[in-house]
Amino acid sequence: MFRNQYDTDVTTWSPAGRLFQVEYAMEAVKQGSAAIGLRSKTHVVLACVNKATSELSSHQKKIFKVDDHIGVAIAGLTADGRVLSRYMRNECINYNFTYESPLPVGRLVVQLADKAQVCTQRSWKRPYGVGVLVAGLDESGAHLYYNCPSGNYFEYQAFAIGSRWQAAMTYLEPRFENFMDSSREDLIKDALISVRETLQEEKLQISVCTVAVVGVGEPFHILDQETVRKLIDTFEIVREDGSPAPEPGDAAPDLGEAAPAAAAEEGAAPMDI
Amino acid sequence: MDQKPFSQGLLSSEADSQRTLYPYVTGTSVVALKYKDGILMAADMGGSYGSTLRYKSVERMKSIGKHSLLGASGELSDFQEILSYLDELILYDNMWDDGNSLGPKEVHSYLTRVMYNRRNKFNPLWSSLVLGGVKNGEKYLGMVSMIGVHFEDNHVATGFGNHLARPILREEWHENLSFEDGVKLLEKCMRVLLYRDRSAVNKLQIAKITEEGVTVSQPYSLKTFWGFSAFSNPTVGAEGSW
Repeated sequence: MFRNQYDTDVTTWSPAGRLFQVEYAMEAVKQGSAAIGLRSKTHVVLACVNKATSELSSHQKKIFKVDDHIGVAIAGLTADGRVLSRYMRNECINYNFTYESPLPVGRLVVQLADKAQVCTQRSWKRPYGVGVLVAGLDESGAHLYYNCPSGNYFEYQAFAIGSRWQAAMTYLEPRFENFMDSSREDLIKDALISVRETLQEEKLQISVCTVAVVGVGEPFHILDQETVRKLIDTFEIVREDGSPAPEPGDAAPDLGEAAPAAAAEEGAAPMDI
Repeated sequence: MDQKPFSQGLLSSEADSQRTLYPYVTGTSVVALKYKDGILMAADMGGSYGSTLRYKSVERMKSIGKHSLLGASGELSDFQEILSYLDELILYDNMWDDGNSLGPKEVHSYLTRVMYNRRNKFNPLWSSLVLGGVKNGEKYLGMVSMIGVHFEDNHVATGFGNHLARPILREEWHENLSFEDGVKLLEKCMRVLLYRDRSAVNKLQIAKITEEGVTVSQPYSLKTFWGFSAFSNPTVGAEGSW
């Protein structure tokens, strides 16, 4: 995108009918670290890459529990994401107090989208710079939605946002049609593999990723590190090409037969944050 | 909204015209129970003006949305106000057009909030409400009083029904009543109420709600028996009394 004379204000249209400020806000989402969501008939899994500004600091929190039946993962301006999470928590708790029932996910998502839309139509506001993956369960089943800074939202079977989201989508695209019938474990495994795809050179370690699940009979919660480590180990043992890898947790995994898919993980190419 | 000085609020004598002090036109008991396929509810069609049985065709049970049935006793104009609130609630629920709908539990909870809030402002809706319904095969029956007391049970009643009908229901209600047995049981309760409640009229409706929907019966009367020998000469034991 190039600078132009129509991009100063969110309330200025370009002659081609575009709102550049809104589009720039969507760019901000792509700058954040990756967040991925997948859903089956009974479960929704969110997984994200945790980045820290330096080795000495803590990781950015990107997954938020909104209610027992809803959780979100964000990418982009995490401060905006926190504010929106607080709004969503408020809406859920107010609905629950009045109706003693969980707020249907579809309704929360529309409310969130309408809130984002307001910021695209006021000259004294700016769009939220965060993409929100909403994972939730209600009477009509398991749902995964993506809420955009533009105020648009869509329901997805699987979706990835943030930096190198294309790598994750490339993994998910040929497989998503089967996700409806996936088991909980397979869904988590696919989520972790998608996260790995976005970490081109890095190895998938528990310090880098967070996984959260919500499902029938299972309230939204973030999986603890031990569980995630065991899951990563389980699928590292049998790679996609079927060749076994030796001890898990090795700094430089050695393969029986050199497999092109796994080779991308080796090497010490510098990473951009 | 009219502004009042802060010190007066709703409790000064001038403000009395702004809040509910007594009921004027009232309905008497509502009785309801869970049966095999859903909920059965009965209420007579009387609207009393004090001790006068003034209105005799008042429908005190209405369907709410797709899944609920509301019966009310107490001030009838407050019942109409509540129906107006629920109308708006269901309208907005339908406007979402997203496949979700408010079930009986949600409506019951909403009514509880409304009643309790009004009670807190010393301006109650002078009604006792019975809310029954079925959603996704789950039967629900609850009650809300004018001060916001609410609970769920297998059978409920308002007003005199609590004293005369509930004991009968406690003895004779059981899980999976058939429709016929449920109606017979309700009629037994309503008959006792007809004999003993001075504000009861002999014209009642029975409503049923199942997964399929609501049906309210046509008004009908109960058979009564007054041929007791004690009634033929009522003062026989009271000679010489004032």
